[in-house]
Amino acid sequence: MTSFPLQISRPIHPTGIWNWITTIDHKRIGILYGVTAFILFIIGGIEAMLMRSQLASSNMKLINPELYNQLFTMHGTTMIFLAIMPMGAAFFNYLIPLQIGARDVAFPRLNAFSYWTFLAGAIILNASWFLGGAPNAGWFGYAPITGKAYNVGHGIDFWIVSLQVLGIASLAAAFNFIVTIINMRAPGMTFSRLPVFTWMSFITAILLVLAFPVITVALIELMFDRFYGTNFFITSAGGNPVLWQHLFWVFGHPEVYILILPAMGIVSEILPTFSKKPLFGYPVVILSGIIIAFMGWMVWSHHMFTVGLGPVANSVFALTTMAIAIPTGVKIFNWLATLWKGSLTLNTPMLYAIGFILTFTIGGISGVMHSQAASDAQQQDTYFIVAHIHYVLFGGSLIAILGGIYYWFPKFSGRMYNETLGKLGFYSFFIAMNITFFPMHFTGLNGMPRRIYTYSSEFGWDFWNLISTIGVFLLAAAMIIFIYNIVSSWINGEKAPADPWDARTLEWSIPSPPPEYNFAVIPTVEHRDDWWEKKMQNKTSEEISSGDIHLPQPSYWPFVVSIGLLIAAFGLIYNIPVAILGTAITMIGVYAWSFEPVNDPD
Amino acid sequence: MSDSNNDSIHEDTTTGLNNRKLLMWAFLGSDCMFFASLIATYLVYKGKSVTGPNPIDLFSIPVTSVSTFVLLMSSMSMVLAYSALTRGRLKVFRVWLLSTVILGMTFLGFQVFEFRDFTVNEVKISCEQNSPKYLELENKLSNSQKSEYKKQCSENLESAHIEFGMTPRTNLFGTTFFVLTGFHGAHVTIGVIWLLSLYFYSFKRGAVSAERHLDVDLAALYWHFVDIVWIIIFTVVYLFGVYEGF
Amino acid sequence: MFNLSRKILFINKLAKTKFLLMAFITLILTISCSSKDPQSTFDTLGPVSRLQLELFYILFWVGLIIFILITAVVLYIILKYRAKSGDPIPEQIHGNTKLEIIWTILPIIIIVAIAVPSVQAIFASSKPDNSFTNNDLTINATGKQWWFEFEYPEYGLITANEVHIPIGEAVTIKLHSKDVLHSFWVPKLAGKVDMVPNNNNHLWLQADEPGIYYGHCAEFCGQAHALMRFKLIAETREEFEAWIIHQKTNAWTTTDPLAQQGMEIFMSREAGCYACHTIQGTDKAKGNQGPNLTHFASRTHFAAGILENNQANLREWLKDPNKVKPGNLMAKNAGIYNGTADELTDNEISALIAFLRGLQ
Repeated sequence: MTSFPLQISRPIHPTGIWNWITTIDHKRIGILYGVTAFILFIIGGIEAMLMRSQLASSNMKLINPELYNQLFTMHGTTMIFLAIMPMGAAFFNYLIPLQIGARDVAFPRLNAFSYWTFLAGAIILNASWFLGGAPNAGWFGYAPITGKAYNVGHGIDFWIVSLQVLGIASLAAAFNFIVTIINMRAPGMTFSRLPVFTWMSFITAILLVLAFPVITVALIELMFDRFYGTNFFITSAGGNPVLWQHLFWVFGHPEVYILILPAMGIVSEILPTFSKKPLFGYPVVILSGIIIAFMGWMVWSHHMFTVGLGPVANSVFALTTMAIAIPTGVKIFNWLATLWKGSLTLNTPMLYAIGFILTFTIGGISGVMHSQAASDAQQQDTYFIVAHIHYVLFGGSLIAILGGIYYWFPKFSGRMYNETLGKLGFYSFFIAMNITFFPMHFTGLNGMPRRIYTYSSEFGWDFWNLISTIGVFLLAAAMIIFIYNIVSSWINGEKAPADPWDARTLEWSIPSPPPEYNFAVIPTVEHRDDWWEKKMQNKTSEEISSGDIHLPQPSYWPFVVSIGLLIAAFGLIYNIPVAILGTAITMIGVYAWSFEPVNDPD
Repeated sequence: MSDSNNDSIHEDTTTGLNNRKLLMWAFLGSDCMFFASLIATYLVYKGKSVTGPNPIDLFSIPVTSVSTFVLLMSSMSMVLAYSALTRGRLKVFRVWLLSTVILGMTFLGFQVFEFRDFTVNEVKISCEQNSPKYLELENKLSNSQKSEYKKQCSENLESAHIEFGMTPRTNLFGTTFFVLTGFHGAHVTIGVIWLLSLYFYSFKRGAVSAERHLDVDLAALYWHFVDIVWIIIFTVVYLFGVYEGF
Repeated sequence: MFNLSRKILFINKLAKTKFLLMAFITLILTISCSSKDPQSTFDTLGPVSRLQLELFYILFWVGLIIFILITAVVLYIILKYRAKSGDPIPEQIHGNTKLEIIWTILPIIIIVAIAVPSVQAIFASSKPDNSFTNNDLTINATGKQWWFEFEYPEYGLITANEVHIPIGEAVTIKLHSKDVLHSFWVPKLAGKVDMVPNNNNHLWLQADEPGIYYGHCAEFCGQAHALMRFKLIAETREEFEAWIIHQKTNAWTTTDPLAQQGMEIFMSREAGCYACHTIQGTDKAKGNQGPNLTHFASRTHFAAGILENNQANLREWLKDPNKVKPGNLMAKNAGIYNGTADELTDNEISALIAFLRGLQ
């Protein structure tokens, strides 16, 4: 290989923190993602609890409006970009190579890079709290209030820059998974034998790759307006705020499918395992996922029904939005048919997956209500929408993720979690969730707008707001039970076998936790649910690897490039020389990465 | 494990396609959406500028046609470079690669020249009563430009010279035009740096050859993409901006 | 025999659960959906909101039935198919094409059925058709941070935060914004439409009964978004026209010395109120940054619909507007409030109150 001035030999068997910094093992990266995302989820939850405390009754003076606006902005941005998406990424990272019978992803260093860049983005966004105030114009940042004329401080700048950095992380990860899933499947693992979770992740990655550039452009335009005086959203120059909304939602709607499809994939794995039956209608479930992803590009203006697009546009988008309910419903029916006549084990992951069906259905129904543009005018920007989004995100994405954490816990930790605590955690979670969010349907239809820091007692909203606030504290308690269970079990739970659930897919055919190389011998796949079929036919065997297994080496450079981006981001906000320094570090890192030698493992 | 730099042997991947090639295609798909959003912004704001010059006041189709031709020729030289490499003719490969770089830099030079010209854009408006040029531009001139015109004409000149230039701050056309073409130019610049690096890299023995041509293949894909984007920009922004009926 | 009694017990259990669930749902819904609260979307007092509620009810009943069915199936599944030790591996059913077709077609039929009233409602709510009395009353509503300006172009009248309309007539409201996004929302009369700068939005509504209707900005617009409201007063045509005539007159002049003192303060350079507010009929007060105050005392509420128009509230507002409505622009821009000039004394406030209360 070429010699290169900055050539540093790759780390050899690093230990301790250096192991984590230089790792390119998809399993470790998955754990990094999962733990980081969960901590950020807690932060987002605290932001919610503060808001709900302020809203517990009318005219409370706990939180002033400026802080409140920062809280709801950060809550939304954190939950979507720093919690749900990276938790999804944690699952992609850990599971996809295992499910397709590979040793790692296609680009292991790019994988590490996407984690460190995500962390950089999280740091940048949350740094705003300490550097003059967090962004305060909502996670959707509608123009013109995000412009310099109405928002002078650096809060919005942090929002813009952190989202761009997070976009780089997401795109890097998505590219990686697309290539991995297409190109690194074990022999015999055709697309029609792919586990549903991997399929849904594949579709999600494609959505990411096509949707993120649109918000990248929107953020660039806003940034140029704020930093360089351009006119994209300057109304006095003829700029139209509606353009921001179109760009944002062309990204934003596929984004919500990015948030839910992995969750649907997780549910599609859990239900068959604990019903001891295959997923009912596998081709239909996959096709529905593809149709949802495709049609997700045609519905974006249902977020803009009240913006004045006119009855023709509103009708078109109402119809497309109603249409997308159909493949969604079909999935639900297939899940129910999977359970039907199964032999059900109602343990913790199964409870979460079944709970998903119920709460996601509620969210889906309120979604179809919103699709009616005429009556949506009474729901838009009220708590009815807040109810809908939390039912699909909390009662959809999150509940599935929690179920997935329990389901794969034995695999990634090598331990069994405590089943009693798990069930207790589930029931408290499920009940608390409904106490928190169901009343929002009522307050919304009773005329309570969103994004208000206080309300008057004459409106009659006090009672249900108090119930919601109580609910959120109950939710916090439920999450404490969850955290306690996971942490204590990880430290000293009972050792887990390779296949504690008598499950169906390839990841259960290897030890818990898997060795660094995943599979001693790359399996030859002959069926869908290959592991289950092999078990049924008694064809499982302990195969011993016949030769050397070559694994990718750890590397410093992904971390270095991410640091460069972090520095460049702060420089972009504060100080151009710092931005240049950061960019230089990034470029040096990229060059060193490209020319890095491949050491042979010893 | 496959030698990931070598794609003439059948790859050890599920589809037989090299991983990095697949990555480049996925990246280009993403970059399509990036430019599509910028072009959409440009089109949404076309004709909506409140003041300032419009495309017809600034564009010189002959000049831009030349730069477009130059970029197109750079794609051709890139193809010739790649072809030479796959036939093992390393020296010829380097010649064509360097030509691509030079043509790319020429294109960038044209862009810089054109942009600077737009920012100044001195126009001559005759001082006669109801001069047709003044009437044509009246709605687009800013107040300070109008007073400058009056001031010059009051000095009994035959015609006034007014700077009717455009920066990204001037109006919607300036904003959308410069950001769109600016990002395209940035992509071309990255491409030029990439190709130049490849050129120097190729002097190392064995770095690129008839068998090891993936690096060049990837760079070529990127370069052609950037060229195609320019064709679209030239059509949608320049041609549609100047000729009636669009 | 034994099986039958087990089955009955089982169905009983299921039925009980379902029954309890339904009763609970009905109770909750009855409590919530019969609300007559000031911004309840169930208390529809005009054709647009009524149309929107009717459409909602269609979706609601369809949704409820679907939800009950799915919940019932889930409950049945959990109870019936729970694994017991020694259970064999169940039959590995991979799918059933007929079922897939049925449960794809059925939702399509439901969606298509809903689509028809849906699209009809969209068009009906965007413009009043011939069945409505449309006397072409048009009002320009402009959202500004954080209050509403209302202009009646055919009458040449500008007022703020309280809009009057005649009952029984379809009224068009044209929507504008001077700064950021806002929206115009009177839940009991019609769904909201946003006020977007540089766009020509409008909505139409009609009030069937006289009364005071609550309006709320429903598009996030910054710090005081929560406190940006307004009142819509619907009255008979005669009352409406009398109101117009009255509002168009110049401000009432007074002989009360306290009120006169208040007027002097209002017009003084130190206080500077005249620079932002218009009081028609005076020489100095011609500003339009803040609400038109010509007939301030004739309004039921002030500070954008959030405070009842009485002495106590007025005193609180004039003493420290930022405390009442944090972030508001009067507190930010006026010297007497932002620290660049002397604060008003209590006596000065009393004088101003007398003056403002005199602007009938």
